[in-house]
Amino acid sequence: MKFPDDLHYSKSHEWVRIDGDVATVGITEHAQKELGEIVYLELPEVGHVFDSGQEFGTVESVKAVSELFTPVAGEVTEVNAQAVEDPAALNEDSYGDGWLIKLKLSTDDVSDLMDAAGYEKYVKEESEEH
Amino acid sequence: MTTAAAALKRTPLYDIHRELGAKMVDFGGWEMPVEYSGIREEHRAVRERAGLFDVSHMGEFEVEGKGALAFLQKLTTNDVGKLAIGRVHYSAMLTPRGTFVDDLLVYRRGEDRYLLVVNAGNTPKDFAHAREIAKGYDVRLRDASDEYALLALQGPKAEEILAPMTEADLPAIPYYGFVEGTVSGARAIISRTGYTGEKGFELYVDPADAPRLFREILDAGRAIDLLPAGLGARDTLRLEAKMALYGHDIDDTVTPLEADLGWVVKMGKGDFEGREALARQKEQGLAKKLAGFELLDRGIARQGYATASASGAGVVTSGIPSPTLGKSIGLAYLPIADTAIGTEFTVDLRGRAARARVVETPFYKRERAS
Repeated sequence: MKFPDDLHYSKSHEWVRIDGDVATVGITEHAQKELGEIVYLELPEVGHVFDSGQEFGTVESVKAVSELFTPVAGEVTEVNAQAVEDPAALNEDSYGDGWLIKLKLSTDDVSDLMDAAGYEKYVKEESEEH
Repeated sequence: MTTAAAALKRTPLYDIHRELGAKMVDFGGWEMPVEYSGIREEHRAVRERAGLFDVSHMGEFEVEGKGALAFLQKLTTNDVGKLAIGRVHYSAMLTPRGTFVDDLLVYRRGEDRYLLVVNAGNTPKDFAHAREIAKGYDVRLRDASDEYALLALQGPKAEEILAPMTEADLPAIPYYGFVEGTVSGARAIISRTGYTGEKGFELYVDPADAPRLFREILDAGRAIDLLPAGLGARDTLRLEAKMALYGHDIDDTVTPLEADLGWVVKMGKGDFEGREALARQKEQGLAKKLAGFELLDRGIARQGYATASASGAGVVTSGIPSPTLGKSIGLAYLPIADTAIGTEFTVDLRGRAARARVVETPFYKRERAS
């Protein structure tokens, strides 16, 4: 399983890539594996403003629906319409073509989030509990 | 994932599921494979070729004795008097209120010998219920669930895969018929039944033989690209075929009449548990009924979601994105006045009102009946 070094990770299994004042948000490879085949995606509209930790959409597999939470605060500047159209992208390339939204950051504080090594450890611990 | 893994029961095929990379889930207290290669891929395999399921978690009760027929007539709603040796029928066990204790299959194996197949999670409850009814009948009732493993080989190519492995005359087995023979040398009840809406067989075998048979069938099916299939595909397949699932579409709060399963209730056969309540309900008329629907808007209507139609509120009991139809389909209890084909209503999809329409069921029907 991949845990790219340039990303920050949330406990609810989203990743965020910070590039200047723009944050790209998606779900991790671990999350898409847990969900199974993703068949439906609901995302907010451009212009929506979110606090960090707020629900911004849902992702559904055949069996289950999961909420998506923004790891960082900001205003939605772009939504991955192609992923909404074909959510299989989340399974195939969760760190690339399967990105979800871009936010204009209201703060660049990511101290609540984990780095790649921290997240990898977190996933391992979580799966051992089950 | 709240139940401790140690508390879950496992079928004799558990190690094979792990080896095949299945994702395992808690289903009715059993650690079962939900998917191997993906629910939709497994679903398509069953519709187009074949899939192999482990459903060994199901419960089996053996019923024997001079009073077996009278007992089963009292216990279940279908007419066991019309069930010939070598045939199976779908039936229900009801509470005195006429609601489901469970749905089940009844196999007639001999003059006074029957096999009942019940839902895994209901097995202890069903057995207690059946034992209570059995008092006063000359019958031996035994929970033999641990003595049967159950493999379901389903799909248009199922017969082609199974035929070289058995001496049984498969084409001679009618739909909802069975024979007792062998598969690859192992004793088996070979039953032309299933929970997918597709042709196929269910094989009741000794748990000790199950792993070898599962592997041999997988090998035999390799040429036609048979896939091992999990409970996820089983659910999407059964829903397309509009087969009820206990705990979703039916439970002890609804009657077979409300569940649109009136055909398994034979009021004319004499007394059975729950009959009076159903007679009363027939007289008074139904307030709600289970109806099939498709979503007209995007989304998936899941169990528990509220519906709003002209005559009032209802509730979704099952909902999936149908792999065969490419639409979002489901079942819901709707006010009886709103169950006519074509009626439109809305489903509350987590705060968003999605439009839905009552449609004909089953959603999917295989082309040629057998």
